[in-house]
Amino acid sequence: MNTFYFIAFLSVFFSILVISAKNPVHSILYLILTFFTFTIHYILLNAQFLAIVNFIVYMGAILVLFLYTLMLMNLNKDSEQPKSSLVKIAAVIGGGCFLITIIAAVKALAPSDYVVLKDTNLGLVKNLGKTLFNEYLLPFEVSSVLLLSAMVGAVLLATKDPKATA
Amino acid sequence: MELADIIVKFILVVIIFAISLVVAMYSTYAERKLAAFFQDRVGPNRAGPWGILQPLADGGKMFLKEEIIPTNASGFLFIVGPSLAIMTACIGSAVIPWGQKLVIGAHVIDLQVADINVGILYIFGVVSLGVYGIMIGGWASNNKYSLLGAIRAASQNISYEISMGLSIIALLLVTGTLSLREIAEQQHGWHWNVLYQPVGFILFLICAFAETNRSPFDLPECETELVGGYHTEYSSMKLGFYLFAEYINMFISSAVMVTLYWGAYNYPFMDTVAASVGPNAAVILGVVLMFAKIFLFIFFFMWVRWTIPRFRYDQLMDLGWKTLIPLAIANIVVTGIVITLINR
Amino acid sequence: MESLSNKRKEVNNKPLNFLERAYLPAIGQGLLITMKHFWKKPVTIAYPEEKREFSENFRGMHSLKRDENGKERCTACGLCALSCPAEAITMTAAERQPGEENLYREEKYAAVYEINMLRCIFCGLCEEACPKEAIYLDGDIVPSDYLRKDFIYGKDKLVEAPLNQ
Repeated sequence: MNTFYFIAFLSVFFSILVISAKNPVHSILYLILTFFTFTIHYILLNAQFLAIVNFIVYMGAILVLFLYTLMLMNLNKDSEQPKSSLVKIAAVIGGGCFLITIIAAVKALAPSDYVVLKDTNLGLVKNLGKTLFNEYLLPFEVSSVLLLSAMVGAVLLATKDPKATA
Repeated sequence: MELADIIVKFILVVIIFAISLVVAMYSTYAERKLAAFFQDRVGPNRAGPWGILQPLADGGKMFLKEEIIPTNASGFLFIVGPSLAIMTACIGSAVIPWGQKLVIGAHVIDLQVADINVGILYIFGVVSLGVYGIMIGGWASNNKYSLLGAIRAASQNISYEISMGLSIIALLLVTGTLSLREIAEQQHGWHWNVLYQPVGFILFLICAFAETNRSPFDLPECETELVGGYHTEYSSMKLGFYLFAEYINMFISSAVMVTLYWGAYNYPFMDTVAASVGPNAAVILGVVLMFAKIFLFIFFFMWVRWTIPRFRYDQLMDLGWKTLIPLAIANIVVTGIVITLINR
Repeated sequence: MESLSNKRKEVNNKPLNFLERAYLPAIGQGLLITMKHFWKKPVTIAYPEEKREFSENFRGMHSLKRDENGKERCTACGLCALSCPAEAITMTAAERQPGEENLYREEKYAAVYEINMLRCIFCGLCEEACPKEAIYLDGDIVPSDYLRKDFIYGKDKLVEAPLNQ
């Protein structure tokens, strides 16, 4: 349990650093560390497959792409447009609403028992695969179609308009 | 876990570390020597007989050189870059089974540091992490050539990771397990996976070249276009770490290829050998043969480097996305169909 | 136009056929070629230990010759210095004293004979100009050094070793 609290503290700590870092690239690097602590959480839960997939997909691919785009952007201070006061007021209102919601949610929360896994081997690849492809086959396939449609959309956006080139 | 076991594990870790570092060190020498042989030259022959002390001389030079950190570089990340590169290169060896279990008296020594049941995915994760060292270093240098090198490395690694993963999936269909130890055990004797997955192996090989940034895919560090690529601003041992990481990566990826496709520590007639010279001697022979196979692959890496010219960037992307990925998917489909037909 | 060397090749941009586009056979060919070179004897040599034979008309470091009795042939006429396009040669003449007949062939000899090897272009005109066959460029490659003054070679380095020693 102590490990859990330590890692949980680290995750919260790094996620605060993500939003407080001045330099966007630094905040991405903190985000990587945050995801790494998530990976450790998964390992603590004995969900090795999820842990490693989180590691590969989030740390190894998605955040590389984040970093990639950020590196290509011009991060000079003077190119940043000053925010209008309207935006600032809207941000304050939005943030305040979010804070109130969070406080209300925390207040309504009753202290719960520790969640105990009934089957500690649930997270292993074999069990995960059996569950996914038996009980949840339809949602699984539907979500893959969703990803496919996103991919097709990306290709459509990326390809040039044939009329414009002709 | 007993104390003795922990000590044995610790010794094993130290040995594997030492071996991978020494192999990487001598790969630099081998590369220069082989390059010389391929180009009808003599090669380095000044430090020691046949120049075999050359890596030590190089290392000494690297350590003694002046450390330069550019003024506008972001200091901490500039140091993190090479450290991350060499760390990710080294930790890949943790899940590779170097041999069968040795039995000494009552003790069973497992020649593998960690037998986790998602071994392949672990390797894959470590490989995908490797690009961070290059990207962070390239960005922190505050130099456009470094940045371009870093960007090339990132896009190249991401593109080739996909086909690498797909080629592994076809292998997983054959083996039915993610554990490297089990995959190695299944290839007992001469049932090497390359016989069942030749296309997958070639795909994996090409991707391994791309992932280790070796020629013909060494665009991130191509001198003619990018000065030194991502390590333009680096000097002294930090540069050494980057160069070293490449050689360790080469060693680890050769080991992975041998484990996945070329029968790991297995060799034909291993049972008869074990029966005649005793099990432990057979295990050690297996380890030696595994290293022999790994060195053959390292030799192949170098052989290709001095044969094939570097790809153009668009050719690299074309090969990755338009050739390798469709081929890998076709390989998966064919493998799946064959397996269903056989199992019916 | 008619080819004179018979080495002309027609270039054609045929589209590649499938095997050529597959690229792997070409890689195999390339690997075979490099493998052939792997087993070849190196064409380079480990220089200071091994040396290549010089060609017959190689012009290296100068040497001032002695005659068959071991006397210096040079008579300090100065024709070599005159012919030198780089003005690399200087000398000071001196008269032979009685008792030095076994050292110098003629009555006049070069007391100082200096060649600046940084100026010398190894054209061999001094060799051509010499009426006494006293100077030849038949030596080795001139070695490197650190200081300019060390490239001015005097008689100690230029004169041939005496006979029977």
